[in-house]
Amino acid sequence: MLGRVFNGIGEPIDGLGDVENYISRDINGVQMNPVSRKYPRNFIETGISAIDGLMTLIRGQKLPIFSGSGINHNALAEQIIRQSNIKDADEFAIVFGLMGAEYETAEFFKRSFEENGVLSKVVTFQNLSNDPSIERILTPKVALTCAEYLAFDLEMQVLVILTDMTSYAEALREVSTLKGEIPSRKGYPGYLYSDLASIYERAGMLKDKKGSITQIPILTMPNDDISHPIPDLTGYITEGQIVLNRELYQKGVNPPINILDSLSRLMKDGIGREYTREDHREISDKLFASYSKVQDVRALAKVLGENDLSDDDKKYLEFGEMFENEFLNQDSNEHRDINQTLDIALEILKLLD
Amino acid sequence: MQNKNIISVNGPVIEAEGEGDFSMHDMVYVGKDQIIGEVIKLNKDVATIQVYEDTTGLKIGEEVIGTEAPLSIMLGPGIVGNVFDGIARPLKEIEKKVGYFLEKGCNIDTINIEKSWHFRPVVSVGDTASLNTVLGEVKETKVVINKIMNPFDIKGNVSFIAEEGEYKAKDIIAKIKVDDKEYEISMVQKWPVRTGRPYKERLMTSEPLITGQRVIDIMFPMAKGGTAMIPGGFGTGKTMLQHQIAKWSDADIIVYIGCGERGNEMTEVLEDFPKLIDPKTGNALMERTILIANTSNMPVAARETSIYTGITIAEYYRDMGYNVAIMADSTSRWAEALREISGRLEEMPAEEGYPSYLPSRLSGVYGRAGMVRGYNGKIGSVSMIGAVSPQGSDFSEPVTQNTKRFVHVFWGLDKELAYSRHYPAVNWKISYSEYIDKLRKWYEENVDENFSNNRIEIVKLLQEENELQEIAKVVGQDVLSDSKKLILETCSAIRSGFLQQSAMNEIDTYVPIKKQFRMMKSILNLYKESLKLIEIGIPISRIKELGLFDEYVSLKFKIEDENLYKFDNYDNRVKKMLEGLLNEYRNHPLGTAFNNYK
Repeated sequence: MLGRVFNGIGEPIDGLGDVENYISRDINGVQMNPVSRKYPRNFIETGISAIDGLMTLIRGQKLPIFSGSGINHNALAEQIIRQSNIKDADEFAIVFGLMGAEYETAEFFKRSFEENGVLSKVVTFQNLSNDPSIERILTPKVALTCAEYLAFDLEMQVLVILTDMTSYAEALREVSTLKGEIPSRKGYPGYLYSDLASIYERAGMLKDKKGSITQIPILTMPNDDISHPIPDLTGYITEGQIVLNRELYQKGVNPPINILDSLSRLMKDGIGREYTREDHREISDKLFASYSKVQDVRALAKVLGENDLSDDDKKYLEFGEMFENEFLNQDSNEHRDINQTLDIALEILKLLD
Repeated sequence: MQNKNIISVNGPVIEAEGEGDFSMHDMVYVGKDQIIGEVIKLNKDVATIQVYEDTTGLKIGEEVIGTEAPLSIMLGPGIVGNVFDGIARPLKEIEKKVGYFLEKGCNIDTINIEKSWHFRPVVSVGDTASLNTVLGEVKETKVVINKIMNPFDIKGNVSFIAEEGEYKAKDIIAKIKVDDKEYEISMVQKWPVRTGRPYKERLMTSEPLITGQRVIDIMFPMAKGGTAMIPGGFGTGKTMLQHQIAKWSDADIIVYIGCGERGNEMTEVLEDFPKLIDPKTGNALMERTILIANTSNMPVAARETSIYTGITIAEYYRDMGYNVAIMADSTSRWAEALREISGRLEEMPAEEGYPSYLPSRLSGVYGRAGMVRGYNGKIGSVSMIGAVSPQGSDFSEPVTQNTKRFVHVFWGLDKELAYSRHYPAVNWKISYSEYIDKLRKWYEENVDENFSNNRIEIVKLLQEENELQEIAKVVGQDVLSDSKKLILETCSAIRSGFLQQSAMNEIDTYVPIKKQFRMMKSILNLYKESLKLIEIGIPISRIKELGLFDEYVSLKFKIEDENLYKFDNYDNRVKKMLEGLLNEYRNHPLGTAFNNYK
């Protein structure tokens, strides 16, 4: 299946014929027994400072990207795939599920895979925006069934990218309404949480197995509203979130990650001496605390004007600018290893001393 | 056997019709896989059943077999240290049987009836025995003694009691004779999960549940047998706080219910707890912990039941005289399970789609907590701490609001605090504890007579800080007087040196109450001493230069639990340095004004 392209329900559409020697599985999957799981601890270096330093991605984690329409989240996802060191593992595969995607998005990823020579490692399931929405409901399940096969039967390191979960949830609503079910928040069915959980919880690792499934679902927040049911319920299931911010995007900060909203829940056990660097936690806590203070100072500066701020506060303003421009901002081809990331952080933290 | 046949399947809800005589809340076996269900509605010949497993593959016409008994769980030795699903099936046994993925119809008993236990009788033939009379003891884990109790509501005489020795769970270890009838008793008993276990009388709460977390033990204390809630949006640290309480609180037994939460979080508990040492007993924490795991992808009906399963287990150990604490993470997922099933039943929804019986169910759950004297005279307690995950961090939603009506402690988690990595992110402006007055006596007798007064001073300072910050937001900090600035400086130290507590730091993760009190005392001392200098005109900038506030903040990581005298050293240093500063001003040619100060 590696290197092939399928439609939303798993039929080949790349003209290369049927898959031979197949086994069939129930796409609804079976639930992992919580006692059989292995707690994920291995750090994945993405080469992106904001992520590595502040919301570290862990092998076996489910870490969604919350974005808005028009923010270039695909570029971030593409950069993660391109730079992540999971790629160096011998048994590595990407399962790519597109739900209601534009042709251009699908093509963008395909080209990028081609250019990086990983196309032969990618299984694509694509349900384009003009394909039937009922198929969209199946796409992530089909993709994850394939991922489970690769990870737990063949013991590969699998990275699953699902985009866009909002289209999936909307398809679910469409079908639910047609079935005449009682709608819950914003017309979505009452079981949206359980349903999303049945997708996201299929990430993870099993004890005694080498394989892993790491999930990066991408969703666009309708109207940039993080309290909308889709991002809200997602955040309660996934192990953190990477939130993109329109203001930063317009300022030209790339990737436009709003670090204060973002979080990696598995980070606490995946960093430190054994995994990254001893001072990692301390640095990231300091960055978070200082940047959160920057927000207060900026609000204050709006009222008082910058000139009337105390010297301390002015330092924070400067720090905020430096942080956004030097730490967050990086070229889309720039790969910073964890030492570089932490050193930059130390450098800009000196401003506050 | 009572049978019916399936006529409709709708997610986890099925309907069955037929001759069989089912009663409300009866447990049933559904379909060829014999998956477990419970009758939740009866209408003539049609029974509506919620099913505790995935219903994929069920067909119309398949059989539903009644058990003529309500959904019950087995109680007996072997529960502590184990992991169960929402209807108390042991997950480790399931793993052994079917592998890493859950399968349908895997009905394994809660208690391993093949395992032998060393039983020691505590009554002899001829003794009287009534409900819950302790007949014998079994060492269940290194720290928990399971007391084998008479499960029947009868009063009679012991006619047989087994000798000390090894017995399997279902062996008869005692017989009780009432008139002509003889009741046989084994180490296991069954109890319907939706019925609270009886007790003789409810007692007032009077003892705190010490958690080792400063913001809880000092600011918003919890009582043994009390109820508390932890509301917070995602990422505010509910689960971390629950884990901290489960790890360090001084309850005898912890029941941790992972209700609709992440699979990896349960794994974390499973991997961490056996390694962590309980400060009270010196044994691994797992020796006193019971886990109930219904992760978010596990069946929704079992999620609804998991809370009741947890409470029933907690009450069972309460009846033995233990202090049990339940962590339910999260009750919102439980309420959503109610909503989901209610939606499938096409019931008329109330607020935000939740069923109108949500408040009564919530009060039913929290009402089962409490400190009680049982029929066997033993005093035990069930404390209940529920996490609530409000949608979009909006505390006005129905689950938060209704829970608030039934609990006595409110630890509101705050997004802003979590943003700046202030953990635990308990917002002191909105949190409260109704136990403060009831526990006052305990704190004054067991910690320090000044405990309550000091606590009030801290609360006052924080309150004043809040007001000052509002002012500072508008006019800037510079215009505040020096004494006000001192309040801001002190509170900043209280926030980062006292309220903020690192779960990752070995010294700081658990702090004994005596040390907590010392920490509180030192900062108040620093504040009061500094205030004296400021009142006679020494500027705050000079006091700040001494670095005493920064030093205070670092103390929490530096002073070990057994070296509390170091706080005295710090207090002395405060005194000395402030005195030095004062002398400097006195010796200044223009400093005569300071000479009057003693």
